[in-house]
Amino acid sequence: MTDKESASPTEAAGEELGFLAHEPGDSVAVAVRDVEPGTAQMAVLTSPERREVRVNEPIPLGHKVALTDLSEGQAVIEYGETIGAARRAIATGDLVHVHNIRSTRWQTQS
Amino acid sequence: MANAELTGYRRADGRVGIRNHVIVLAVDDLSNAAVEGIARLVPGLLAIPHAYGRLQFGEDLELTFRTLIGTGANPNVAAAVVVGIEPTWTDRVADGIAATGKPVARLSIERHGDLAVIAEGARLGARLLQDASELTRESVSRAEVMLSIKCGESDTTSGLGANPTVSEVVDRTVGADGTVLFGETTELTGGEHLIAARCIDDEVRSKFQGFFDDYLQTVVAAGVDLLGSQPTQGNIRGGLSTIEEKAMGNISKTGTVPVVDALGPACPPTRPGLNFMDTSSAAAECVTLMAAAGAVLHLFPTGQGNIIGHPIEPVIKITANPLTARTMAEHVDLDVSGLLTQEYNLREAGDRLMALVDRTINGRLTAAETLGHREYVITKLYRSA
Repeated sequence: MTDKESASPTEAAGEELGFLAHEPGDSVAVAVRDVEPGTAQMAVLTSPERREVRVNEPIPLGHKVALTDLSEGQAVIEYGETIGAARRAIATGDLVHVHNIRSTRWQTQS
Repeated sequence: MANAELTGYRRADGRVGIRNHVIVLAVDDLSNAAVEGIARLVPGLLAIPHAYGRLQFGEDLELTFRTLIGTGANPNVAAAVVVGIEPTWTDRVADGIAATGKPVARLSIERHGDLAVIAEGARLGARLLQDASELTRESVSRAEVMLSIKCGESDTTSGLGANPTVSEVVDRTVGADGTVLFGETTELTGGEHLIAARCIDDEVRSKFQGFFDDYLQTVVAAGVDLLGSQPTQGNIRGGLSTIEEKAMGNISKTGTVPVVDALGPACPPTRPGLNFMDTSSAAAECVTLMAAAGAVLHLFPTGQGNIIGHPIEPVIKITANPLTARTMAEHVDLDVSGLLTQEYNLREAGDRLMALVDRTINGRLTAAETLGHREYVITKLYRSA
């Protein structure tokens, strides 16, 4: 086996996974492939939980989806920690990125 | 696998290297042409040119000396030819390296000129190279092989896969009484409380907090925020939105062990375990400082595909981003993208990285070594006189 090959699967993958969240209470999850609008499967790194999430718009690999509605100014939680605040209201299923969240540490102009 | 025999080169000062380079080291920018000329005549020599070394002063000059001396002193280096424009600073660097007990030749250019220096440097370097070729590997312990870690061009897959895989190796290495360096001061912003909480005592915590506050002060004093630089444009393209999110991913590669010390840039650790070093988050600067502190193998998780290598410290690159693994395969030493789809778990990914670490210690070339990536960048603290 070369280093580039994958290790053997440890469990049946079931339906193709769309998102991974770090902690059960996180308000965002990361797309593990390009995900189209509709619904997709989500797993949580630190728990056996697996559930379906709503997706309102295309979420590219590595980008985040909102798992909950967020109001303007509300803290965005990932890794169980605050990673920023909503610039404006964000709906469950929306793409979450620099257009709608900002750092709470390094202030931005907008 | 955990009991694989590790081999390395034990140097005169007792420290262990995993490579056997004979370097030709420039003391200053003016000497780069001679350094490269010497290495052209004797191709087994490894030239290390760089951009600085003139009219620096104070702490900035001390850091440059510490970096150059630390590079030559690194146990991956068997011997060094040191070349500077004038003899005084050349002696300072050469003497610092020679204090480790390894052979050092020194040359200065004034009153000789490039061509005479190149001829003499090639003669001396050839002898050092032949002598170094007789050094042999011997059995070494994991505790003797100092590692460093730093991630780059991170994205969200870093925090989900590549960084936690490195974390596994950090915990196992420290568990075997090994030493691991991590740094990237500004990239802890938003997670600095987590590192502070892991410091072994108040003294280390206060040193760490001092480095962190100083760096933020530098940013504030510049009258700008780091929007546009932190996260980088590559980070944002990969899905990272804020410095806090980047910091959480960054920290996810540091294992679960305590932080035993907080070191100045390029300062060798004195305690086994996980050591913090105050560094820039720019990849080549950070790895250069860690190599100067004595680290002999670097683990570099990447998301979007940072392609860094280093002249004397091999850099193993790990990615969990399937796009990067596919499109930049020649730069990737280990693909753990299966973690994203839960094809295997973190412990298994850790096993695979640990096995690759052991093979690299024993002589397997990294992707960056194979491709000739030799990024060597001195950290400049402020402008020269």
